[in-house]
Amino acid sequence: MIERLTKTAARNIFYGGSIFFFIIFALLVGDSFRQASQMAEAHPISDSVAAGKRVWEKKACFDCHTLFGEGARFAPEVGKVWLKYGGDKDPAAARDTLKAWFAAQPTNISDRHQMPQFNLSDAELDQLIDFLRWTSAIDTQNWPPKPVTR
Amino acid sequence: MLKYQSQAVAKPYFIGALLIFSLQLLFGLIGASVYVAPTIVPVDLLPFSVVRMIHTNALIVWLLLGFFGSTYYLLPEETERELFSPKLAIIQFWLFFVAAAICVVGYLFGFYDGRSYLEQPMIIKIGIVAVALIFLFNCSMTVLKGRRTVISGILLLGLWGVAVFFLFAFYVPANVVIDKMFWWWVVHLWVEGVWELVMAAILAFMLIKMTGVDREVIEKWLYVIIGTALFSGILGTGHHYYWIGTPGYWKWIGSIFSAVEPLPFFAMVIFAFGMVWKGRRDHPNKAALLWSLGCAICAFLGAGVLGFLHTLSGVNYYTHGTQVTAAHGHLAFYGAYAMVNLAMFSFAMPQLLGRAPYNQRLNIASFWTITGGVILMSLALTFAGILQTHLERVLGMEYMDVQQQLTLFYWIRLAGGAITMIGFLMYLVALLVPNLETAGQPAALKPAE
Repeated sequence: MIERLTKTAARNIFYGGSIFFFIIFALLVGDSFRQASQMAEAHPISDSVAAGKRVWEKKACFDCHTLFGEGARFAPEVGKVWLKYGGDKDPAAARDTLKAWFAAQPTNISDRHQMPQFNLSDAELDQLIDFLRWTSAIDTQNWPPKPVTR
Repeated sequence: MLKYQSQAVAKPYFIGALLIFSLQLLFGLIGASVYVAPTIVPVDLLPFSVVRMIHTNALIVWLLLGFFGSTYYLLPEETERELFSPKLAIIQFWLFFVAAAICVVGYLFGFYDGRSYLEQPMIIKIGIVAVALIFLFNCSMTVLKGRRTVISGILLLGLWGVAVFFLFAFYVPANVVIDKMFWWWVVHLWVEGVWELVMAAILAFMLIKMTGVDREVIEKWLYVIIGTALFSGILGTGHHYYWIGTPGYWKWIGSIFSAVEPLPFFAMVIFAFGMVWKGRRDHPNKAALLWSLGCAICAFLGAGVLGFLHTLSGVNYYTHGTQVTAAHGHLAFYGAYAMVNLAMFSFAMPQLLGRAPYNQRLNIASFWTITGGVILMSLALTFAGILQTHLERVLGMEYMDVQQQLTLFYWIRLAGGAITMIGFLMYLVALLVPNLETAGQPAALKPAE
């Protein structure tokens, strides 16, 4: 098969095919962009949620944790951590529990992975928790497989 | 010994790349040690996040340095003229190398901001774009003024793609779903897209030189390989869009197209072995040839086979975000991108240092040591990942309880890392230290181009 293919034909197939598949890809990404924007209309991204995402980025939380399975695998997944702590049922209690968790780090228990003490202000903690509350509302096609319960 | 004087600018790039490679391995060993003994490094001094950041960033920087150096080395031979500006190439090297050094020191003191692999502070990101523009200007001018070949054309296309897709590092929307979608435009469209063009072009250059096979044949293969790479790889991005809040149709698109992603790597194996089989030339640099063939094989195993293992959405639903991903990442990056660079260094350094013939026996021994170490590491992580998938995703055990079940595999991974480090030191000696046995001999034993 490869003998019959000329170099010019191979080149044309490469350029034509790549452009074709990139256009399809861009169209689908455009549609996904539209749907993600619609989702943000139903669940508005408040200033606090956006600020919380910035805390997540500035402290490089993803270099230990995963968010929807992406990031490092040194620490637990946090995409739905708000639900794990019962935030949908008792938001105030979930918030307090999460804050207590942050305050207790590092645990210095020798066989458990250690999280540093980031010394976040109370406002920053609220923003980060608001961000994780927002991510818990995202439709992740039922991922992760096991429902996160405590 | 060099055909063109300006090829010499590749030397600082290759040495700089090896230095940063050593940093990557060192922080890899630290990270692997923290996995088996979590309190061995005080967390307030050096948290795991910073270890990983330096480990992954060093990987990307040394691979890019290797690509830059390889391009500067092969462009004069492809275009049959000196580089447009060797001075600019040296300036570009120091800009990039010093920026990388500042970045690493900054990370240690908490100066980072961004997303995974893109933690560089804004000023460094802007510097990276400036460096890329200098590089692309220099290379494009060289190609425009010289002989045009398919290899240099595809190489430049790949390198321009690297620069263009890096621009998405500056787009950080507050909506995390959109953020993640476009983060993959940098990460996936680099390593499963344009980097494959760079890799295939460098590999093709070395095979032409080492086997003597007709350029016409190699160039046709090159189009077939990069064609299958992009046809599968572009829509294959869909395998990252399964669980991040994107629509369900990506499960079909991602599964179908990424299932084809092993094909270009398989084609590279057939191509590389076929060319060596057909080639009439008995090239004296056996080590470089071994690295080139090993590159094709390990890229196929790491990127192709281990990638396919967890790319179908039905499987990925369970394995996503476990050590299976890390297993695939390690062997894929090593096979495809570390090995193509190590092959090029082995091919070019004896020429650049005026030391052919050099100590190939040690280089070949380092090939087997490093490759064995990385394969052991990846196998340990594969087993850890499968066990983790079962305990965490199927049985629903808590994350940290599962981690404590995986300690044995993490010890084996650490051993694999240590073997890799030993092999790397052997490689350094083989490449950089003059060979005592052959150092005194006359230069009459020069290899035929």
